[in-house]
Amino acid sequence: MTMNLKSLSAIALLALAAVGPARAVDDSIYRGLGGREGINNIVATMIKLVLADPRINETFVDSDMKRIEIRLGEQFCVLSGGPCVYNGDEMREVHGGLKVTNAQFNALAEDLQIAMERNNVPSYVQNKLIAKLAPMQRAIVTR
Amino acid sequence: MQYRIGTAIGRVALLLAAATGAGAALAQATPDMGKLTATGGVSQVEGAGGGGLTPWALIGGYGSRDSWGANAHYTRVSTQDYSLDSYGVAVGLFDRVELSLATQDFRGSLAPLNDLRIKQDIVGVKVKLIGDAVYDQDRVLPQIAVGVMAKRNKGVGGLGALGVTKVTQLGAKDDSGIDYYVAATKILLDQSLLLNGTVRATKANQMGLLGFGGDKGDSYQAKLEVSAAYMISRKLVAGLEYRMKPRNVGVDDEKAYYDAFIAWFPSKHVSVTAAYAVLGDITVFNPTRQRGAYLSVQTGF
Repeated sequence: MTMNLKSLSAIALLALAAVGPARAVDDSIYRGLGGREGINNIVATMIKLVLADPRINETFVDSDMKRIEIRLGEQFCVLSGGPCVYNGDEMREVHGGLKVTNAQFNALAEDLQIAMERNNVPSYVQNKLIAKLAPMQRAIVTR
Repeated sequence: MQYRIGTAIGRVALLLAAATGAGAALAQATPDMGKLTATGGVSQVEGAGGGGLTPWALIGGYGSRDSWGANAHYTRVSTQDYSLDSYGVAVGLFDRVELSLATQDFRGSLAPLNDLRIKQDIVGVKVKLIGDAVYDQDRVLPQIAVGVMAKRNKGVGGLGALGVTKVTQLGAKDDSGIDYYVAATKILLDQSLLLNGTVRATKANQMGLLGFGGDKGDSYQAKLEVSAAYMISRKLVAGLEYRMKPRNVGVDDEKAYYDAFIAWFPSKHVSVTAAYAVLGDITVFNPTRQRGAYLSVQTGF
């Protein structure tokens, strides 16, 4: 009996292990964005657009853009279901004292949309990533 | 009746005054064009922000919650035997309140109604109550707004030979009236869909072009209006709309309106909406189902 229970739980564990990775995360958005390389390209384009965007570029004057680029890449990768780890802080902490306006938040979103367009991401995939980012407005926009 | 509509218009005026009171803050807030492209909708045929036929819960214009925006529109619907022009302006305040003014100009082109001309003015106020269509992607709750449209029919032209100069002579009980509506808009970015449902309490015959109430009924009825649109890209949206209407006047065999539209937003300053619209038959004397092209241009900030 004990043996049976043990082997049963072993089988259950094996089954879980087998099922686990398969149902772990839907990575269709990640693949739609072109994987890690695609995301890196999108973020690089986005950073260029942001720095040239008179609506928001001044807010990044004192920022370490290389660091932001890395964190954005990690974040988009995680949000899209890719095999990454986000090493940055919570959105609320990152933007706490910045008094980001709603218009600035949207300007950044728009630059991301344009960056995805320029990297040939299909519109329906763009919208899926924006869907993941949109609720962050509540944590980021504090003014 | 006249008095009641008077007070309701007074209420609209109060709302307008309250909005003007916000003018002080407004004077400081420069238009920021802070909303995302297309998220103010287009101008529907009565002047409110929405689709082509139906008001949505979205606030017109591109002003963010810290600012304001405004736009002007011109719309023309041409069917076999009639045409309808609508033109007007709308202001969106703090992404919260929308004020709109529109004029509708309806004409006949088929004898004996080839000189028919009916105009009406519409003042609209819409207030967003709860929810955010764009940001609440992790919530089920849609953006919900309530609105009123105060309408005044300016009379009937082209039927002078019959002695008809007012819609009340065609069977309507009144030449002015107020629509009240609740609109719920949900943008499902994950599916690239926009869904809207609006319930309107109305007595308006053909939106008010044939007056309000009539020989067959003179009480408010709740009518459903639905829209579904697919966001093809950031600048292109295509969809369907269906708007139910009351049937209060004997000579007006009123039917639902419906359309299929495509709206293009080349920039935040311009949108162009083209549609194929079906307006049903307008009078029992001409039982042809009226349908045709709908074209609308909006410009603003």
